[in-house]
Amino acid sequence: MPTATVSETSTRTVALIGNPNTGKSSLFNALCGLNARVGNYPGVTVEQKVGRLTGSKLSIDVIDLPGTYSLAARSADEAVAVNVLSGELAHQAAPEIAIVILDASNIERNFYLFSQVYELGLPVIAVLNMWDRVEAEGLTVDAEVIAKRLGVPVVCTSANKRKGIDELRSTIEQTLQSPRTKPTSAQLARAQFPEAFQQEAQKLSEWLHSNGRKTSLYKVDRLLIDSDGHFQKSLCQSGLHEINTQIEQARERLRGAGCKVPMFETKARYGWIRQLIDGAVTRKETRSASSSDRIDQWLTHRWVGMLIFALIMFVVFQSIWWVAKWPMDGIQWIQGLASGGIEAFLPPGALRSLLVDGVIAGVGGVVLFVPQIAILFFFIAVLEDCGYMARAAFVMDKLMTSVGLSGKSFLPLMSSFACAVPGIMATRTIESRKDRMVTLLIAPLMSCSARIPVYVLMVSAFVPAIKYAGGWISLQGIVLMGMQSIGAIVAIPVAWLLKRFLFPGEPATFLMELHSYKWPSMVVIYQRVWERVVSFVARAGSLIFCTTILIWAACYFPGDHRLLDESVATLEQLQKTQAIAPVSLEQTQMEENQIREKQMEEKLGEVNRLRSELIETSFLGMAGHRIEPIVRPLGWDWKIGVAVIASFPAREVIIATLGTIYSLGTGEDEKSQSLQDQMQQARRPDGRPVFSLATAMSIMVFFALCAQCSATLMTIRRETNSWRWPIFSFVYMTTLAYIGAWLTYQFFESWS
Amino acid sequence: MSMRLDELNPGESATIVEILGNDVIASRLMEMGLIDGEEISMIGRAPMGDPTEFSIRGYRLSLRKTESSRVLVTKGA
Repeated sequence: MPTATVSETSTRTVALIGNPNTGKSSLFNALCGLNARVGNYPGVTVEQKVGRLTGSKLSIDVIDLPGTYSLAARSADEAVAVNVLSGELAHQAAPEIAIVILDASNIERNFYLFSQVYELGLPVIAVLNMWDRVEAEGLTVDAEVIAKRLGVPVVCTSANKRKGIDELRSTIEQTLQSPRTKPTSAQLARAQFPEAFQQEAQKLSEWLHSNGRKTSLYKVDRLLIDSDGHFQKSLCQSGLHEINTQIEQARERLRGAGCKVPMFETKARYGWIRQLIDGAVTRKETRSASSSDRIDQWLTHRWVGMLIFALIMFVVFQSIWWVAKWPMDGIQWIQGLASGGIEAFLPPGALRSLLVDGVIAGVGGVVLFVPQIAILFFFIAVLEDCGYMARAAFVMDKLMTSVGLSGKSFLPLMSSFACAVPGIMATRTIESRKDRMVTLLIAPLMSCSARIPVYVLMVSAFVPAIKYAGGWISLQGIVLMGMQSIGAIVAIPVAWLLKRFLFPGEPATFLMELHSYKWPSMVVIYQRVWERVVSFVARAGSLIFCTTILIWAACYFPGDHRLLDESVATLEQLQKTQAIAPVSLEQTQMEENQIREKQMEEKLGEVNRLRSELIETSFLGMAGHRIEPIVRPLGWDWKIGVAVIASFPAREVIIATLGTIYSLGTGEDEKSQSLQDQMQQARRPDGRPVFSLATAMSIMVFFALCAQCSATLMTIRRETNSWRWPIFSFVYMTTLAYIGAWLTYQFFESWS
Repeated sequence: MSMRLDELNPGESATIVEILGNDVIASRLMEMGLIDGEEISMIGRAPMGDPTEFSIRGYRLSLRKTESSRVLVTKGA
């Protein structure tokens, strides 16, 4: 462990710990700016976030530990926090200070975690955050008295308003530069543990020592208190199996002595807190009639509450669906402009193709998500900061428990109906890891807006336009609606299975704090949106971009493009001449123009034919032929196989690819009549049509359930910091999609 | 008179007598400050009847029925 002799120039480390919803991430951002290094703790999916303290002469790293209510080491989060704070983690410097952030408006409960951190033996700084709320809630808190009683520095901050940050920074520097002081054991809450327990802990500590496992007193306490806790398991795994019987016997003796495990711990700690804050924290008994409660009467009211909830969700959803459309159209317009510019300057060839179909498409495919992400996180930040987010979870919880999740999963899942990328990013608001993982893994099943063009194309080309009930209900509409909901329906059993088999263990509890309402802070909103956008573009964006380039290369190589390039050049020359040709009623001029138009038409046909031939001989085409036996049971031919693989960077690409394969050029959209005609006329070698209703249905079901979206998978990678989960998602969803498509095809084949 | 916490009506207060069970839920409840002798009051239920909002130690806590039914309380003193 580093000591105070460490030279001034070397990096010092401090750790930030606190309850969830205490403004910890705001404080971290206020201390370190937005340049945190994010990774994973080895072996567990607990995010490791480290930033550099800004505005300090010393170089100080700040570790942001996961938000937790206790250090009981039942969950991976808590075990990581204890290990980091005791400096027992490889590849991570032991922190020299534990900065405990507490919600000043909820001091009593927040000091519970503090009382545990205090026993780890590190120098501690107590940060009373949300100081601006103290007065508003009719509280008076005497920080000086608390500091004196504790014997540690106490700093009052309002991180969302950037208040008290300088003071905290200088307190950190001072604490690092002054000699370490340890609290006397009488100052700790542990002093109030029953005598019998203290003796047992001493005994166990000695036993561990004699077995070559020197263990901190805090961990020894945890071994005795937490039944089946993390440390007991890791000691067992390290080969010390006798620990189980040792603990068992010790607990038996404690029971005999009348010491109730684990009750006595919480009782002793809360007793300690009462003494600590006695006289230092007072509360005016006005809160029950406070404005927050009055607002709540309506917002959680049986009817009005539901109505307001539905209204707010409607606005959020409409915004990510419709409002985001404007900037998204703008991005696509700029993309088109850039492609046009390059095409004007560069002759047809590999470089131009790479720039237009690879680079610009790739960058566009990343930037395209930014409006939706920014809008969703704007709303999340506003709702969370003003306190409504917890109420939304409160209102929706009953409904979501019926599918095994909690109320907090509602917003991420609803957002995923617009796009899974912001939806997956929104799962960060879910504290329970199990719920968060399950929500994140089922979010891509929600029918996103990128699937709609595929449905529209297939439905309008192959589902008969039959109308029922006097034209009010159309068969096409029913199929479209079915496709929109199939993913969500399948998600219910999937969520259940994931919960049951992948994330067993700790039962999901839903103890949620409901903060009083307040005005949202602009700084917090701005930071939240900015941080999310940057983290998406920088971390997921690069991977999405690479996938686009890879798929481009697979479509382009190894075919010989000279003939195509020549034809494209001739065509473009013709188009240029035509554009500047004088419009005149003169016979010769009109004839000349007509001839040119005819030439252009022929050339265009040639270009499209060559494109379609080249894609067939490309690596992607080869792959399409290779997988044909696999996709044949779904009623597909190799062309559909190719189109599905090519749509990996983005689902809607399937339409452009089908357009290319069917020699129509690249500019087709889902409403294109010629593409629909071409697909209806397509024949298999034996003369049967390629696309029947069964095939169209099977393609749609496949798209409804598959993970054919690199942006989604890369966002999962980014959010879980592991390749395991995107691979898992891809495999499970593709399997599901294949089975679904197969069943659909078989059903419709036998039926028609 | 002993009763379960989930049986309280909006606006009613009670004193905690005991947390039933010895598992994770019980520990979590105690960590959140639900300790015997502490006063707790019921604020209101969610529109669909569950979960329920309580006030304890000066803060607001939402508990599901599965959690609040583990808490034994006594009304009035």
